Amino acid sequence: MPQLDVSTFLPQIFWLVITFTALFLIMWKIAVPGIANTLETRQKRIEDNLDKATQAKQEAEETLAAYEASMGEARTEAQGIHAEAAKGLSDEADARGAELSENLSGKISESEAEIRRAVEAAMDSVRDIATEVAGDALERLTGQPADDKALSGAVDRALKADG
Amino acid sequence: MAAGHSPLAQFEIKRWVPIEIGNVDVSFTNSSTFMVLTVIATSAFLILGMRRNALVPGRWQSMVELSYIFIANLVKDTVGSEGRPYFPFIFTVFMFVLVGNLFGMVPYGFTFTSHIIVTFTMAFVVFIGVTIIAIAKHKMHFFTFFMPPGVPMIMAPLLIPIEIISYLSRPISLSVRLFANMLAGHTLLKVFAGFVISLGMFGVFPLAFVVALTGLEIVIALLQAFVFTILTCLYLNDALHLH
Repeated sequence: MPQLDVSTFLPQIFWLVITFTALFLIMWKIAVPGIANTLETRQKRIEDNLDKATQAKQEAEETLAAYEASMGEARTEAQGIHAEAAKGLSDEADARGAELSENLSGKISESEAEIRRAVEAAMDSVRDIATEVAGDALERLTGQPADDKALSGAVDRALKADG
Repeated sequence: MAAGHSPLAQFEIKRWVPIEIGNVDVSFTNSSTFMVLTVIATSAFLILGMRRNALVPGRWQSMVELSYIFIANLVKDTVGSEGRPYFPFIFTVFMFVLVGNLFGMVPYGFTFTSHIIVTFTMAFVVFIGVTIIAIAKHKMHFFTFFMPPGVPMIMAPLLIPIEIISYLSRPISLSVRLFANMLAGHTLLKVFAGFVISLGMFGVFPLAFVVALTGLEIVIALLQAFVFTILTCLYLNDALHLH
């Protein structure tokens, strides 16, 4: 078994010590600090970015709150203006409506009175026409002028009976 | 079976450049070659992978960072924050064993972790290191480690020798575990690879087995590097916190 050949022990130990020490020195002085540095830089960078992100988020939230506050204010104001305007408009509409209805009712009663007068006038003229027609008819039938008094009495009676 | 085709022939040390300092043989061997290759490959992997130093890592940089974070978490979980100063050493142990194991999986490669003297030297350095750390930190109090609290005094004559033996056997168990896994896996691969030719037509069966075993060996290469590292961390934790 070559492993038990004692004559090979010294050269192997000698080169093991040299190579292992060399690797250890390379590791210790170059490789490990390099890797550690890279990892630390990355960790720091990540933490920095996280901090920045948190800060940005906070700022955004503040902005959002301010925006919402001003939006709320504006909305209240708009509602006030709206209510005021609506009230003004409805008042005006009411006033105009009242004026209009007053106007209209005046006109209606005026018209009614006129109609009544017209009807009365018409009724008067109906009596005159009836009397005249009856007089003419009587004259044609009898050949002599009719007695005006009796005629108008008969017309009145007839009108009354017609109702 | 010819000598060159023995399943153990792959573990032979070949002195490629014979060197002697004084009377000591420090020849540059195939084992040394793969140790040097491991150092070069590991350094290249870790340093070139990070050369772009990107905020969002690419594939290579991700692998480097994952191996770093993996061991960093291992140290943090087993040793705690006091383990931080030892992280470069533990990371070196992990990468050295891992890359050494994986180089062994390359055809014609040499697995230096399959040599007990290599794994034992590493385990012994870890053992001596953690013992020095423990004594430096706890002074004489360190020796209470062999007498767990709450044990009746009458048990002491039995318990203390057991604890001392178990403590002293740590470098042996640590080194033998890695060495034996590598040795057994590579020997098995070689044995079955030998059957592929000798069985002729039916060689496809051992071939399929060798393919499956190669996958398993890669998993073992990763696992044993991890086990070696986590045990190093546990020993370090014992040294820093005693019980």
